[in-house]
Amino acid sequence: MAVGKKDIECPPYAEGTPLSDEDIKEGKVTYVEDHPDIRYSWTAGQAISKFLNGLKEGKILGVKCNKCGRVMVPPRMFCELCYKPIDGWVELKDTGTVETFSISYIDPDAKPLPEPVIVAVISIDGASPHMGIMHILDEVKPEDVYIGMKVKAVWKGEEEREGAITDIKYWKPVEG
Amino acid sequence: MEVEKISGLKFHKKQDVAIVGAGMTTFKRRLNETGRELSYLAIKQALEEAGITIDDVEMVVMGSAPDTFDGLHMKSEYLLDGSGGSDRPYMRVFVGGGTGVFAPIAGYWHVASGLADVCLVITEEKMSSSYPHPQSAFKYIWDPILDRPLSPNLIWIFALEMRRYMHVHNIKHEDIALVSVKNKANALDHPCAQVAEKITVEDVLNSEPMALPVRRLDVSPPSDGAAALIMVAPHIARQLTDNPVWVTGVGWALDTTWWTNRDLYFPRYVAEAAKMAYRMAHITDPRKEIDVAEPYDPFDYKELHHMEGLGLAKKGEAPILTREGVTQRDGDLPTCPSGGLLGVGNPIAATMGVKACEIYWQLAYRAGKRQVAKEVTTGVCQAWGDLMQVGTVMVMSNKR
Amino acid sequence: MVAIVGVGYSGFNSTTPDLSWKEIMYEAALRAYTDAGINPRRDVDSFVTCAEDIYEGFAIFDEFVPDQLGAVVKPTCTVCADFLYGVATAYMQIKSGLADIAVVESHSKASDIQTFGNVVKFAMDPIWLRNIGNAHPYYLAALEMFQYMAQRCLSEEDVARVVVKNKNNALLNPSAPYAANVTIDDVMASPKLFDPMKKMEIAPLADGCVVFVLASDEVARELTDSPVWVKGVGWWSETYGYDTASFSAMYTYKAAKMAYRMAGIENPAKEVDFAEVDDRFAFKELQHLETLQLAGKFEVARLMAEGYFDKDGSLPVNVSGGNLGVGNLLECTGGQKALEVVLQLRGEAGRRQLSDVEIGVAQAWRYLPTHSGAVAVFGV
Repeated sequence: MAVGKKDIECPPYAEGTPLSDEDIKEGKVTYVEDHPDIRYSWTAGQAISKFLNGLKEGKILGVKCNKCGRVMVPPRMFCELCYKPIDGWVELKDTGTVETFSISYIDPDAKPLPEPVIVAVISIDGASPHMGIMHILDEVKPEDVYIGMKVKAVWKGEEEREGAITDIKYWKPVEG
Repeated sequence: MEVEKISGLKFHKKQDVAIVGAGMTTFKRRLNETGRELSYLAIKQALEEAGITIDDVEMVVMGSAPDTFDGLHMKSEYLLDGSGGSDRPYMRVFVGGGTGVFAPIAGYWHVASGLADVCLVITEEKMSSSYPHPQSAFKYIWDPILDRPLSPNLIWIFALEMRRYMHVHNIKHEDIALVSVKNKANALDHPCAQVAEKITVEDVLNSEPMALPVRRLDVSPPSDGAAALIMVAPHIARQLTDNPVWVTGVGWALDTTWWTNRDLYFPRYVAEAAKMAYRMAHITDPRKEIDVAEPYDPFDYKELHHMEGLGLAKKGEAPILTREGVTQRDGDLPTCPSGGLLGVGNPIAATMGVKACEIYWQLAYRAGKRQVAKEVTTGVCQAWGDLMQVGTVMVMSNKR
Repeated sequence: MVAIVGVGYSGFNSTTPDLSWKEIMYEAALRAYTDAGINPRRDVDSFVTCAEDIYEGFAIFDEFVPDQLGAVVKPTCTVCADFLYGVATAYMQIKSGLADIAVVESHSKASDIQTFGNVVKFAMDPIWLRNIGNAHPYYLAALEMFQYMAQRCLSEEDVARVVVKNKNNALLNPSAPYAANVTIDDVMASPKLFDPMKKMEIAPLADGCVVFVLASDEVARELTDSPVWVKGVGWWSETYGYDTASFSAMYTYKAAKMAYRMAGIENPAKEVDFAEVDDRFAFKELQHLETLQLAGKFEVARLMAEGYFDKDGSLPVNVSGGNLGVGNLLECTGGQKALEVVLQLRGEAGRRQLSDVEIGVAQAWRYLPTHSGAVAVFGV
C-alpha cells in the first residue's frame, strides 16, 4: 500500500473550469448536439386501463382492500400495504378537497408561463382520507385557494373525452 | 424519536468500515470538464488525502442520478474510465436524489461484507448537458399516464409538500427562509461553492416566484460536479491514519410511488431510514447524541423537514431551533455547516461532497474555516430523492 | 453462506400488451414469496431492483418500484446493472449484517420501447462515437464477432451451431417464445444483417420478470430443507471505449475468476456441471464459454460441433434455450440464467431437467455497448 499522504488544509481545493452561457453562445467551447429519437408505448396495465376507461365515461373509479379497509385512488391491482390482490371496484364522486396546492409560474422546461397555473393534490370524496390525485384548479383566483377547499371536476364534453387524465379539464370550487 | 435498543446477531458484519479520504470538484452551473474528467478530479483529491494510489483500490461504487441529464443511456458505463472502475468490480447504485448518501452506504456494504478492503465511492453529476434546462430532464420522472399529460414541473412536488408542511405546523415563510440565509452564508467558507452570499430573509421573500410558496432563493441551483470517498477495512485504516472516521450506522427506506396518497407534512421515509441507522449505531436519543448534521437541503424547508425526520427536532420544532440559532455553526446542533446544497450547489448525486464528505471532514477536524465550534464525536448525513420517497442516512463517528 | 430460498418469474413472452411493468413484477414477486414461504411486508429486510432508466423510459425508475414488491417504506434500492449484480448486492448486504432476507428483482418490458436501436445508440459516447454513420448499433457486435472469428479461426458454421443448439433446447422450455426446430442450413440461409452476423444469430427482444429471495445461512435453514447456495459472485468492468476494449470478453474472465475464487473452484471445466451463458449474439456464447474457462481457447468450437455442450453432453450449456430461444431480456438476462440454474439444481426444470447436477454457473454481459458483466456460481 502506497502511503504518501498529502496534508490538504481545509479540504477540498476547488478544481474545475466554470463556463458561462456566453461561452456557449459565442462558440468559445466545443460542444456536440444530439437530439435522440427515443419513443415508448407504455402499456397502462389492467388497473389504470379501467381507470382511464372510467374517465372516458365521466366516472372516477377507485379500488378497495377488505383487509386494511382502504378505498384507493388511483386504482391498482394489488394493495401495496397488505400485499394482496384488491377486492373490488368502487365508483367515487367527482368532488374532493384540496390537500395542498401551489401556484406555478414556470413550465416543464423552467420557462415562464404566460399565466400562472394552480396545481393541487385533491383527495377524492368516497376514497379513504388523504387518497388524492394531482390535478389543476381553475375558475378561482390564486389568492382565494386554501387547504381544505371543496372542489368539483370540470369534465370535457363526452365526444372530446379520450380516456386520459386530461378528460377532466380542471377542478373548480364548489359554490357555497 | 423512539429508537429501540438492539442486541444480538443483527448487524453483525465481517469487518468495520472507516473513511480515510475525501475529495470534490468545484460545483458550478456549467463546467467545461466532462463527467469523466470531473470524476477523475474528485478521485485524485480523495486518493491524495488517503495517501493511496488507484492501484490500491479494489472495488468501485458509482453514484449518479438520472441518465437524462447527461444525455446518456447506461451512464455508469460511459463514466467508467474516469471513475477508476476500469479493470475492477464496478457497480452503480441509484435512488434518485438520495444517491448522494446512498452511494457511500453501498460502499459500506462492499467493505463490511469482507468482499473489499479498499473501496472507492465516486459520485458525479453533469446537469448542464441537458438543454434547454436540467428541468427538462425532470419531465421524465413523472408517471407517463397520470402525471405527464398535466405538464408538470419538478418544483411542483416541493411546493405542494412545503405548503402542506407550513399548513400543518402553522409555519411562516420567514422562518423557512432563515435556512437559506444560514446555508448561503456558511457556503462563503467553502472553496467549491456556487451560490455563497450574504442575503436576508427579505431577499428570499421578494425573490422571483417559481411555484408558490417556492421562490427562487428557496431553491438550490442545478450544478455540475463530482465527489469521492475512500472507504477501507480497519487493518488498512491503521496503516494510513491515526484518526480514521468510522461508519457506525446506515439506513435507507423507499416509500410508496403513490405520493398523492400520503400526508406530505412528515417525511416518514427519512424517519424509517434514520431508525435503522440509529439502531445500528446504538443511538437512542439522536438530539443529544448527534453533534453535527448534514440533512439534505435542496430547498430551505427540506432542511427543517428532514431534521424532524431524523429525530433532531420534534415535529414542527425545527423552525424554532433555527430561529434560536441552534443550527448555526457555533450552535448546539450545527446543521449544514458546509453551506449545503443551497449554498454550495446541487449536482444531485455529487452532493455527497457536502453531505458524507463534509461530515467526514468535520469529524476528522479537517474542515478548516467550516469547522464547527463545539467538540464533535458523532455526525449524521442524509439525502432524499425520487418522488419524495427515499431517505438515506449515514451515521459516522471518530470513536470506534 | 448465502442461499436462494425462493424464486418466481413471469413470462417470458415476446410481448405483454395486457400487463403493465408493475403487474408483471407483482406476478413474479408473489410467486417468489409463495415459493419461499415468506410475507414481504414482515420478513424482508432489503429489496434490490436491477434496472436502467432509459430501458424503462423514465428519468428515475426507482420511484416506481416499491409497491409491487411489497417494499413500501422499507430499504429498497436500484442497481443500474444486470440481475446478477443484484444478486451480488444482496449477497453483500446479507454478509454485512444489514439483511437476513433480501429480495432481488429485474424485469424487461422491451415491448414498450419503440426505437430500441436508438436506445442502444444513446449509450454510446455522444462526442466520439454516437453519430458515426446511420447503421443500427448491432454493427458493434459484428465488429467484435469478425475479429473473434479471425483470431480463433472459426467458420460461419461454428457460430451457426450455437443457434441450432439453443433454439432446439428451447423447444422443451414452455417459457421460451423463440424456440424453433432449426437446422444448420436454416441458420446459414438466414440473411446477413451485419456481415458476418446473420439475422438468426441475434436474440430478439422479450418481456419478463425474475424475482429471487436470498437469505442468510441460519434463516435459510429455517425456511427450507433444500436451499440452493450462492457459492460465489463476481462482477467486473473492462473499459467503456470500443477503441480500448480487448474484444475478447475479459470482463467475463475477471468476473469468473472472482466468483470461482469465492466458490473455491480451481478447475472450472471439471467442477462445473452446467452453465447458462449470455448468447444475445450467437458468437458471444463461444466467447463466454472460453472466458468462463469451461473449455480451452481453441477448443470451444470443436467441442460445440461434437455435442459436448448439448443437453445430453458432458457440460450442458443454455439448456433453457438461452437468449436465442428465450429472448433478449435486457437487465433481466442474468435473471433468466440464474433462474434456470436454480431450477435445474432443485430438480424442477421439467422436461429439460438434467441429471446429477450440483454446481451451475450463470453469466451475463451488460450488452451493447459495454464491456462489463457478472458471473454467479450456484450449488447444492
